[in-house]
Amino acid sequence: MQTFDTVKAGSLEQVSLKTESISGSEAVLDAFLHEGVTTIFGYPGGAIMPIYDALYDYQDKLEHILVRHEQGAIHAAQGFARTSGKTGVVFATSGPGATNLVTGLADAMIDSTPLVCITGQVFAHLLGTDAFQETDIINITTPITKWNYQITDATEIPTVLAKAFFIACSGRPGPVLIDISKNAQLQKFDYKGYQKCEFIRSYRPKPFVRQEYVEQAADLINKAKKPLVVFGQGVILGKAEKEFQDFIEKAGLPAAWTIMGLSALPSGHPLNVGMLGMHGNYAPNVLTNECDVLIAVGMRFDDRVTGRLDKYAKQAKIIHLDIDPAEIDKNVKTTVSVWGDCKETLPLLIQLLNHNQHPEWLQTFKALEQKEIDACIQNELHPTGEQMTMGEVIDVLNELTEGKAVIVTDVGQHQMVACRYAQFNQSKSNITSGGLGTMGFALPAAIGAKFGAPNQTVIAIMGDGGVQMTIQELGTIMQSQVDVKLLILNNQFLGMVRQWQELFHGKRYSFVDIESPDFVQVAKGYGIPGQRVTARENLKEALKAMLEYKGAYLLEVMVGKENNVFPMVEAGTSVSEIRLK
Amino acid sequence: MQKQEFTITVYTEDQIGLLNRIAIIFSRRKVSIDSINSSPSEIKGIYRFTIVIHETEEMVIKICRQIEKQVDVLKTYYNTSDEIVWQELALYKVPTDEVAEKVQVERLLRENGARAVVIRKDYTVFETTGHREETDALIKVLEPYGLIEFVRSARIAIIKNSNGFHEKLKEFEQLAPGPELVENEYLNKRNEVFDY
Repeated sequence: MQTFDTVKAGSLEQVSLKTESISGSEAVLDAFLHEGVTTIFGYPGGAIMPIYDALYDYQDKLEHILVRHEQGAIHAAQGFARTSGKTGVVFATSGPGATNLVTGLADAMIDSTPLVCITGQVFAHLLGTDAFQETDIINITTPITKWNYQITDATEIPTVLAKAFFIACSGRPGPVLIDISKNAQLQKFDYKGYQKCEFIRSYRPKPFVRQEYVEQAADLINKAKKPLVVFGQGVILGKAEKEFQDFIEKAGLPAAWTIMGLSALPSGHPLNVGMLGMHGNYAPNVLTNECDVLIAVGMRFDDRVTGRLDKYAKQAKIIHLDIDPAEIDKNVKTTVSVWGDCKETLPLLIQLLNHNQHPEWLQTFKALEQKEIDACIQNELHPTGEQMTMGEVIDVLNELTEGKAVIVTDVGQHQMVACRYAQFNQSKSNITSGGLGTMGFALPAAIGAKFGAPNQTVIAIMGDGGVQMTIQELGTIMQSQVDVKLLILNNQFLGMVRQWQELFHGKRYSFVDIESPDFVQVAKGYGIPGQRVTARENLKEALKAMLEYKGAYLLEVMVGKENNVFPMVEAGTSVSEIRLK
Repeated sequence: MQKQEFTITVYTEDQIGLLNRIAIIFSRRKVSIDSINSSPSEIKGIYRFTIVIHETEEMVIKICRQIEKQVDVLKTYYNTSDEIVWQELALYKVPTDEVAEKVQVERLLRENGARAVVIRKDYTVFETTGHREETDALIKVLEPYGLIEFVRSARIAIIKNSNGFHEKLKEFEQLAPGPELVENEYLNKRNEVFDY
């Protein structure tokens, strides 16, 4: 019988001119250097101490940011990965250290963020004995990692780490967790050098592109009278922003975005018709149920985007471009599916497209946009009432940053407002927790985002609820001297839950009236200057002061207590039933 | 879409924890697994899972894509029962004195394609293989004679129109980056690296 257990030379085999004896911990750090890692976010502990001991000698090559909680480490790594386009790296110890990563892993999994998390584990001989600080982190994280693996023998480290980096950042990216027992970290072995992994026989990061489907898709687009493009983060992950712009411009296609796709296309682009979904814009939501061809690019038809599925774009022929075959027909049945990296598939499609414009169809968007401006946008951005709105804060921020800042948002009303109104002129500048909706995400993610994009202004926009979930990371800002701007939009409520309670639970405000500390004083305690603004006339100056300050700065803006975010597609309704008030 | 019986065949690398990864795909969708078998395949180092579920074809397709998406899974197939040849093994334990005394049992066993695996003073174990209804039929036959214990294995199945997994595997291995694509600094120094 023929067997296939041999690995091709030059693919997975390690090759080196010389060997040396090093510890498992040193092999981990050497792998990082070969993978271009510059920054690690982590927190030491007993079971990862050998790696931290080795790190002591690598301080000039690897920057380690000491966070205040492992959840902070992983969200920071997510922020780093999202702004830099590289793989974020995290260290945590076993047991509670490892379980504190769970929220961030789930967040990174659903938002396709490339991470390599290294957790320490108890000695191999103690595995399964309920040893001190032992948890079965591999089984805990199986459904929320793209891949995970436990190492109990140091000789496995170079090949497993190479696989980990390859899996995390290729294809549809995602988090990988590598659990290394303490004995493997300490164990010395003959190190034959590190070789990057470029092929795993049982892993196909990019599906084979089928030209006939590209042709069918092009044919549908060329014949469309009322086409609509809906795009997601796949455009950014595929680094296909230019190809995407060429695509919509050649065929004159109006393009609407999911919040994960935001910043892939400049906000002011004439074909950018706004945000989709629950708190998206009126025109793209309503016209989803009027278009004749819907072209989904690198997005996964999340239920927050589609609303009621049985009433979603039923009239349209649907083309779905996605790198992940499991996404095709998962939620919305497609007419033509083009599997592949949109960096490769979009150019193939562009070649076959006719130059086109759809002036009348685009005019329909304009008309509906005006309706939305009159019903909500005007009031939100230019309120006449005494209380400040979240929207007007974002509007002034736009004016001052010219859409060039990296905006990191937490989860809640402010997130929806920021995504709706913030201007983005550069890709990878919108960092938010899209799929999991993790409160507490923004503060640590902003720290990481600044390390990932050191030359850009990074602004964390948070609610008074979310900031208190990971507020201890002010300590990380203090110690690492990272220049992030912290903007708290304080409505003295858990605003989004309160909005739902108002609209759907008869104003029974059950436990949403949250008290906050004096944020400015808390920041001061961490050596971070700041101020609170309560009057509109001081807003612009205060934002200016925040942006001009060299270093971290906290600005708390008191906004209207019971303002709601509109438009809104209520749960259980169709996107065309979106309400304006 | 009507629910029906599907047999899913999964070829995987030999990887600890993969069974969990695959099982989670079913459990998070609240899909019940009728039977699951995992064993080495005809190719060294490659495992073959056979999973039986009762679901709509649409759900089966989605599940198969999720399984195939897992790193370490080489390929997933799904088939209806008429597209496969399948068997289950069943063991039956009955009191030996009953069997010895009543000759017709032997005939019944022959009629049901069963054979004795163990014969002891106190009990006898029979086995048979076949489809569910065949193994069920023997339970009914043996019950009057004091059936003590019964166990049935998971389904194993051969896909009728499969050419075997060897060819598919060759295809996967051919997708490996060729030497010209491998950014290997030692690539042109093979003589220095390897002792020929």
